[in-house]
Amino acid sequence: MAGPLYSIPGTTPSAASADPPPAQPPVADGARTVAAVLAQTQAGAVMDELERDLVGLAPVKARIREIAALLVIDKLRLNLGLSAASPSLHMSFVGNPGTGKTTVALRMATILHRLGYIRKGHLVAVTRDDLVGQYIGHTAPKTKEVLKKAMGGVLFIDEAYYLYRPENERDYGQEAIEILLQVMENQRDDLVVILAGYKDRMETFFQSNPGMRSRIAHHVDFPDYQAADLLQIADKMLAQQHYHFGPGARAAFVEYLERRLTQPQFANARSVRNALERARLRQASRLFGDQERELTADDLTTISEADIRASRVFQDAAAAPKK
Amino acid sequence: MMTNPTGRVTQGQFSFLPDLTDAEIVLQVEYGLSKGYAWSVEYTDDAHPRNTYWEMYGMPMFDLKDAAGVMTELAACRATFPEHYIRLMAFDSTRGIESVAMSFIVNRPSKEPGFGLVRMEGRNREIRYTVHSYATDRPENERGGQ
Ligand SMILES: Nc1ncnc2c1ncn2[C@@H]1O[C@H](COP(=O)(O)OP(=O)(O)O)[C@@H](O)[C@H]1O
Ligand SMILES: [Mg+2]
Repeated sequence: MAGPLYSIPGTTPSAASADPPPAQPPVADGARTVAAVLAQTQAGAVMDELERDLVGLAPVKARIREIAALLVIDKLRLNLGLSAASPSLHMSFVGNPGTGKTTVALRMATILHRLGYIRKGHLVAVTRDDLVGQYIGHTAPKTKEVLKKAMGGVLFIDEAYYLYRPENERDYGQEAIEILLQVMENQRDDLVVILAGYKDRMETFFQSNPGMRSRIAHHVDFPDYQAADLLQIADKMLAQQHYHFGPGARAAFVEYLERRLTQPQFANARSVRNALERARLRQASRLFGDQERELTADDLTTISEADIRASRVFQDAAAAPKK
Repeated sequence: MMTNPTGRVTQGQFSFLPDLTDAEIVLQVEYGLSKGYAWSVEYTDDAHPRNTYWEMYGMPMFDLKDAAGVMTELAACRATFPEHYIRLMAFDSTRGIESVAMSFIVNRPSKEPGFGLVRMEGRNREIRYTVHSYATDRPENERGGQ
């Protein structure tokens, strides 16, 4: 920083005191090409990571690229002095549970931060209970406290439609929505709001809250995963935790997925995570039962076919034909 | 009894300097946040040097990542009490410290009432002194500007 920002009373103020520097240096200063912006801000690296780490989700990735493209071009325009209104960045992520909405929101926060659209890049994830109070006068302070924590980053509101309860006209959720709307409009530079939830319920929510719809610039659809995607996700999850499928286990897991997909309460990648969690438990108790055996690294990292086939999903299926 | 020629209350940090601009306040708040301090906003109509506890404007703000939250609260306080003294305080909750680490005035009445020195004569021509806030000469609901 060049010189102090203050001046001693009685002296002529220095040039610096008239115009203090912004809290954060502008990113990608002087860049003239898309590549330069991506490189200087390292937003490109995050987008590549998103591409690589997340299985499937082709339409989502395409949308994220579109949004990033808009922001990068905006940066370039700014560098040439072509000002534009600061873009509205509030988004809605709709899709079934476990389709990666929270995961992508986290990456989105990083991308927005790298490109300089939010100052800190953290994500605050909340639900109705974090915003709405129990009695009169409780909601506004609660919502404002959350908003203050989210400033500089992304506020992620999961199952946002629960904020609106038409059956109770005195529901405090409406108050939270109004405060949100105000901040989304007036403090665009301070935070980005992402609403998440089921597609149909979000649609109903927007229909009864046109103010909210009009402030959301980007709607992103998260499709359900195909079985092949889920298998790949399982491989990734296992690798991350230093496990792998033993002989026959992968094929068993494919079968598992086929059955599980048709059952109710299927939650996409989250169900995969939970299934693997349970398989790890079974592996551990299998090894635990054999107390004298010397365990090799291979023993400790292998999920066997039996660990998968012991799942309730297979038992139910086996029991069903007998009925 | 203003002992400084500018006729301004000098309490806390930076109080001999011209008022901080909002951009400068943001820099201070960011510094405090980087140290993990919790900021709070307080106001009073009587900046008597012995008036340690001002009124709290909302709760202290824990777990903030960015100064914008503090500035939002400050803007609301200024709108409510434009002619009061307002200060920002940073609380360091580190075990063993647990006290105010930073404090500075961010809003003043347009005319600062100042203080007077009161001399009270006691027995044997003994003189006792005390500082009197002119602000308190008026009823509470009439203080804070004209
Ligand atoms: N495309 C993907 N590739 C790898 N893991 C994924 C993918 N999508 C989701 N997951 C994993 O699935 C779990 C649930 O995802 P999450 O983002 O919480 O879903 P949602 O918020 O839509 O319910 C997380 O543990 C996440 O890491
Ligand atoms: Mg989620």
